Amino acid sequence: MNNLNVKFGLRNMFLDGVRPVSELVQHVNTNGSNAYIDALGLKHKELNDLLRETALKGVTSITVQNVFGQRYIGTRLYLPNLAKKMEIKIAPNPGNDLGAFLNGHRLIVYGNAQDGAGNTMDDGEIIIHGRAGDIVAMSMRGGKIFIRDNVGYRAAIHMKEYTGKVPALVIGGTAQDFFGEYMAGGRVILLGLNLSKNERHKAHYIGTGMHGGVIYLRGRVEEYQLGKEVGIRALDSHDWEIVGQYVSEFSSHFGFDPAEILQEKFQKLLPVSTRPYGKIYAY
Amino acid sequence: MYSYLLPEFAIERNEERCIRCRVCERQCATDVHYYDAEPDKMFFHEEACVGCQRCAVFCPTNALFIRPHPAEYRPNSSWNREKLQDLKKQAETGGVILTGSGNDKPYRIYWDHLVLNASQVTNPSIDPLREPMELKTFLGRKPNTLEIEFNELNGSEVKIKSELYPNVSITTPIVFSAMSYGAISYQAYKSLAMAAKKFGTLFNTGEGGLPLNMRKEYGSSAIVQCASGRFGVDPEYLNAACAIEIKIGQGAKPGIGGHLPGEKVSENIAVTRMIPQGTDALSPAPQHDIYSIEDLSMLIYALKEATNYEKPVSVKIAAVHNVAAIASGIVRAGADIVAIDGLRGGTGAAPKAIRDNVGIPLELALAAVDKRLREEGIRNKCSILAAGGIRCSADVMKAIALGADAVYIGTAALVAMGCTLCQKCYTGKCTWGICTQDPYLSKRLNPEITSQRLANLLRGWSHEIKEMLGGMGINAIESLRGNREHLRGVELAEWELDVLGVKGAGE
Ligand code: SF4
Ligand code: SF4
Repeated sequence: MNNLNVKFGLRNMFLDGVRPVSELVQHVNTNGSNAYIDALGLKHKELNDLLRETALKGVTSITVQNVFGQRYIGTRLYLPNLAKKMEIKIAPNPGNDLGAFLNGHRLIVYGNAQDGAGNTMDDGEIIIHGRAGDIVAMSMRGGKIFIRDNVGYRAAIHMKEYTGKVPALVIGGTAQDFFGEYMAGGRVILLGLNLSKNERHKAHYIGTGMHGGVIYLRGRVEEYQLGKEVGIRALDSHDWEIVGQYVSEFSSHFGFDPAEILQEKFQKLLPVSTRPYGKIYAY
Repeated sequence: MYSYLLPEFAIERNEERCIRCRVCERQCATDVHYYDAEPDKMFFHEEACVGCQRCAVFCPTNALFIRPHPAEYRPNSSWNREKLQDLKKQAETGGVILTGSGNDKPYRIYWDHLVLNASQVTNPSIDPLREPMELKTFLGRKPNTLEIEFNELNGSEVKIKSELYPNVSITTPIVFSAMSYGAISYQAYKSLAMAAKKFGTLFNTGEGGLPLNMRKEYGSSAIVQCASGRFGVDPEYLNAACAIEIKIGQGAKPGIGGHLPGEKVSENIAVTRMIPQGTDALSPAPQHDIYSIEDLSMLIYALKEATNYEKPVSVKIAAVHNVAAIASGIVRAGADIVAIDGLRGGTGAAPKAIRDNVGIPLELALAAVDKRLREEGIRNKCSILAAGGIRCSADVMKAIALGADAVYIGTAALVAMGCTLCQKCYTGKCTWGICTQDPYLSKRLNPEITSQRLANLLRGWSHEIKEMLGGMGINAIESLRGNREHLRGVELAEWELDVLGVKGAGE
């Protein structure tokens, strides 16, 4: 602690008491290109220090056990000189900002993720065998995210795409309000597999401010649940191709039958304009 | 064009001087001047004139005089001309009145009510031409104490024992503030980058990304922004920079986001922002992963993680009512730099109602933040960058004496590039080639020349700062930082002196 602070302390939530990597070696077990990390008792930064160290040693596959809320897993792995992208298996519950700014690696979570999974993710894959919290895939610009169960509020907010780099988010369950808000690009597939027959999706304000990209939605949704910037269309053959591809990928991750999923009705949500706010100014 | 508005500017052309060279016609971006061969005469559409003065200064015979239009409604200090014209515009369109550059309303400019000190008799002043004078400034978190280890016997080994945080060093306490490629032309953007590099200071990319071809050469002079739209933000962009700034707010438009209209999103801008060409680039009002100080902390550390804790992270906020408490929260959240943008900060486009009415003056905000952080014993944890209405070197001195580590300049830099504060940046038709993406206009700026003008400005100001410091008997800018003893207020009320933390002149 800062012993000069007379009136107020300044507690550094992230860096106070962080131990150097040399004191944490007993948490890592390396075997050729594989490694095992026991995250029990590790602070956010300590775990990410270890992941980076391990990656720099040429390990390409890491299993991290006993993860209880440690944040930013995968974020510190911007290593452009790495020969091969990494695969990291994580259990059970990584903390906020899992894979934020992710640079092409593959993260597989056996459990639930918290808020901000895939925040501003650049490339790679996140596969979650469970649910995820709020703002999943916020501003995501590349790569894929598969989530088996539900997601929280504002999923897919401001996802974007450009010149062939198109991110994809596939959610097996349902989502909360402001789903796809401000979307500027990318593909989002919401499957609603855990909704009962005739049960509506939960979200309101779906696609508010959307001005790019596309949402494919399986199951029931009422017009009043949509933002005024989106329109509903039927899927054409190209859409079915896209949906088919992602659904089969999703199914292979989580052991579903793609044919069964694809039997149900899908709707396509598109922005009505790429310039939703073009006309509100007096020049 | 609006139906019932008085023209804003009156144009007078001295026919005797005019040689009908048609320079004015070519220079104007709003088609004010035109030539008619029949009478061999120049004419004009006065109502389209924005008063940028480009034609007047380019006219080879000084034949043009552009002045505010003399027509007046009945004088009325409440319902003045601007209010009336805005009402009429809105009655016609139902739109939000847009404007550019900074607040032009007569709020008190505290710089003009603060005076600096100089040495007389009791301590000697210093002549910067002959004695060393240090303006070098380090931006970033400083340790609580500095422990140094050295061996007195062999004398050579001097080592810093304390843990140091990443800092960026600049040669003068002046940094170019955030102006994005998109809001300004590539030429203007490049000019800022070149000048910053040449002079050893920094420019700020704003929320428009950093073009790939500039990363290697100018990355080390760039503060890159991570704002609510996350345009152009990928790990490479973050790692290319020397510092990262989370943009929460902007003095010209606190609390609202931004829209770069689709027509300005050209191919190059689209690639740099990483969005499709022609779509609106919408920056939401809040960052949707930040709804609290704890969330801010989460993003600060996400950025530190993404850059391996190698770069200072700045958080830029607009100066608003509880700015001191907010700044304290920002420092506690882990920011290394707090940037405060005051009421008079500029913009490429903002609703006029917001630009002219929301926020508080920088001088008061800066003083309040500095005081609060000192009281809490955490002033060393961050650097303070002051922005919004810094017009000259004396303003820089006063800002530093009120507690800033360095200042951001935006409008001053634009003026150095040619801007005449016509406030029409949002139309994309800047005749000076600054706030435009029209190649015909933007090629008017040659980055080689413009960057030299910017570097000249930094040089001139830096020299003036040294002169003023010398006059105070101080030989390093460090000694002026937060040193209110070198300031006195004139014509200020008790409460204003109190907030600023300065004595009245003569006290
Ligand atoms: S630039 Fe001057 S001299 Fe040339 S046409 Fe215009 S007013 Fe006449
Ligand atoms: S940048 Fe150009 S458009 Fe904006 S105020 Fe200056 S001269 Fe006018």
